[in-house]
Amino acid sequence: MKDKLIYFLELTGFTWFIPLVRLSAGESPKHQMQELGKMVGVPLFAIAVFLFLWHLGAAKVITSLGQVPGPTQVWEQVNVLVDEHQASREREQAFYERQEQRNAARLEKNPDAEVTIRPYTGKETFFDQILTSLFTVFVGFLLATIIAVPIGIVAGLSDTLYSALNPLIQVFKPVSPLAWLPIVTMVVSALYVTDNPMFEKSFITSALTVTLCSLWPTLINTAVGVSSIDKDLINVARVLRLNYFTTVWKVVIPASIPMIFTGLRISLGIGWMVLIAAEMLAQNPGLGKFVWDEFQNGSSSSLSRIMVAVLTIGIIGFILDRITLSFQKFFSYDKNAVIR
Amino acid sequence: MRKQLSITRRALVKSLAAASLVLSSGMMSATSAYAAPGEIEKPELKFGFIKLTDMAPLAIAYEKFFFEDEGLYVTLEAQANWKVLLDGVIDGTLDGAHMLAGQPLGATIGFGTKADIITAFSMDLNGNGITVSNDIWAQMKPHVPIGEDGKPVHPISAKALKPVVDSYKAEGKSFNMGMVFPVSTHNYELRYWLAAGGIHPGYYAPHKGDVSGQLQADALLSVTPPPQMPATMEAGTIYGYCVGEPWNQQAVFKGIGVPVITDYEIWKNNPEKVFGVSKQWAEENPNTHIAVVKALIRAAHWLDENSNANRPEAVEILSQSRYVGADYEVIANSMTGTFEYEKGDKRAVPDFNVFFRYNATYPYYSDAVWYLTQMRRWGQIAEPKPDSWYMDIAKKVYRPDIYALAAKELIEEGKLPASAFPDFDTETGFKPVQTEFIDGIAYDGTKPNAYLQQFPIGLKGDAVVE
Repeated sequence: MKDKLIYFLELTGFTWFIPLVRLSAGESPKHQMQELGKMVGVPLFAIAVFLFLWHLGAAKVITSLGQVPGPTQVWEQVNVLVDEHQASREREQAFYERQEQRNAARLEKNPDAEVTIRPYTGKETFFDQILTSLFTVFVGFLLATIIAVPIGIVAGLSDTLYSALNPLIQVFKPVSPLAWLPIVTMVVSALYVTDNPMFEKSFITSALTVTLCSLWPTLINTAVGVSSIDKDLINVARVLRLNYFTTVWKVVIPASIPMIFTGLRISLGIGWMVLIAAEMLAQNPGLGKFVWDEFQNGSSSSLSRIMVAVLTIGIIGFILDRITLSFQKFFSYDKNAVIR
Repeated sequence: MRKQLSITRRALVKSLAAASLVLSSGMMSATSAYAAPGEIEKPELKFGFIKLTDMAPLAIAYEKFFFEDEGLYVTLEAQANWKVLLDGVIDGTLDGAHMLAGQPLGATIGFGTKADIITAFSMDLNGNGITVSNDIWAQMKPHVPIGEDGKPVHPISAKALKPVVDSYKAEGKSFNMGMVFPVSTHNYELRYWLAAGGIHPGYYAPHKGDVSGQLQADALLSVTPPPQMPATMEAGTIYGYCVGEPWNQQAVFKGIGVPVITDYEIWKNNPEKVFGVSKQWAEENPNTHIAVVKALIRAAHWLDENSNANRPEAVEILSQSRYVGADYEVIANSMTGTFEYEKGDKRAVPDFNVFFRYNATYPYYSDAVWYLTQMRRWGQIAEPKPDSWYMDIAKKVYRPDIYALAAKELIEEGKLPASAFPDFDTETGFKPVQTEFIDGIAYDGTKPNAYLQQFPIGLKGDAVVE
């Protein structure tokens, strides 16, 4: 039981709790307390020092929008944003109530009138923007994975194909998302023409930009992972006369999965960074748009609100990384390897 | 009344009104005098705006449920800059937008992006200012006449700026100023002010592929999106700018610049923003278009009601981050009838933002013609054009006919009195000759070419930029 729990905590990245588990299981308290101090105390102390330095440093810089916000101002804005979110939900409720009243009034006058409830037209709150960004990054990332993994496997199995693709990959890999964005925007506008679109154009643009930029690490890692499989494994497959697809499915993928996940983890990290930039530049809904709107507002609380967004972006990026890291650990064969 | 199933609330109200009229006059057999106005083609709409106080009619129409009263469910979305906004209206991502008066005209004649954009609603009068950086103001101030109260005498002419520009020229430095868009009101106002003070703002020469607008210029004008104006001036890229509110007052609050003149003093009660839609959209959604104009007229009326009594509430709404988002005090400064020039020099300008009075919402042909004359004056229209051409374009883009339909519905529904509007039977769409310009030159909208002849600086007659 204890070992299972520890394994689970290790896998999910909650290593902070491991000493606690060991403590409760009665393992040498002194050693465990030391561990706990190292794992929890040291980071907490570092965060406290950071907050203090931030507080001191921020007060020194005066911009035309006022003083650079310190931790307290930022915390205030967190509360303001929560309040705004709740206020917006109330407005939404009122919006629907008004519609129902209007519809009822219409039906009263004419029982045959067609009535529909229209979706809420208010602006997204900060928390809505977070969800939009998360959804966009996942769609873009998923698309990238669907494209990159098969191509990576095929390229990894064939030296010829790999040398054909390699120059293209190397050229497109370092391209900044901001360079792709205008092209993606124009192409999406030209090709995505429907009367009743399922997704907003802006959503497609952001997601595709994420795809284009997060494609490469997965592609390269998959190709390298596949090409560096122990040749014996491939030979065994040959001896067993497995066909191509069975070889890929039963031998190649299981053998290269740790590398694929390493690639996926880098891809998701890049995707998240790219998305914020793309949203900012293209004014697509999401956290990037929130930051840009606040910058444009130029009110006395704008900087604090942007800071809230910056921290949120960081924390979400951290969580995303932790999740993929857990997968990476789960799929890696060498459980003793230190993966950071 | 054939479409019984999908009869709209509006149609219903109207037919009821018609019926009661018929009943009360005892003419039982008479058929309804009013044709059913038909239903709203597109109830869910998305409008774009730029973070400026003159987007207020849109925000008010939303917040005060004027849109919903017309059966419209509108989403308002802030746009990054005027180009993005115009492209949105052209490609259909936006159903309509808060636009610069010059944008529908510029698009129709093909200066910049070519597209047919029309407007049936003028959003406001005045509302802009010209701000210079603290440093330029310090150099200008010795040339500004000082009144008995020890404060500068307003309006300040660009003649006070001329020695500064000349000294920059003598040192071989370029004198850069910002405006918000090549066909913006701000561009023409800044040019008007500069030229009236003897500073040449430069020509455009689209026939030679030059759209920078800096040929033969003393002051070099370039484009900066409104919300970025203060930051760009603070960074030293430009020395001054012409922009709408709150970005002039923002400069005062931040202590980075001094507004020297408002556009009210350059041309009293000049038309400013319009509500633009693409011609195709207007043709496909005629009833929706009328409903939108109705809601906007009511919003504009609300903004000016009881001599600006609702303005503080409007400022409260605009200062929310989903609309303009600047601080309450900054927006309130100009919206509530005052304007702060130098820090502490706050003066009353009751008509700084006019949304409804003086028929502010009516799309006058003469306003369109004025913008066209300025496009010609600065070379955006490269070739000479006959007076009839100016009239044709104005009539193509400005649509008082649609406005009149909307206004008449409002009068009929009893929402606004007929006295709130021009007399639609006699209105020609041309304002009488206007003389309240900073340089005193008289403008008669029916004679554009004769008007242009009066300017010492600027293209006129057969002149073409060589």
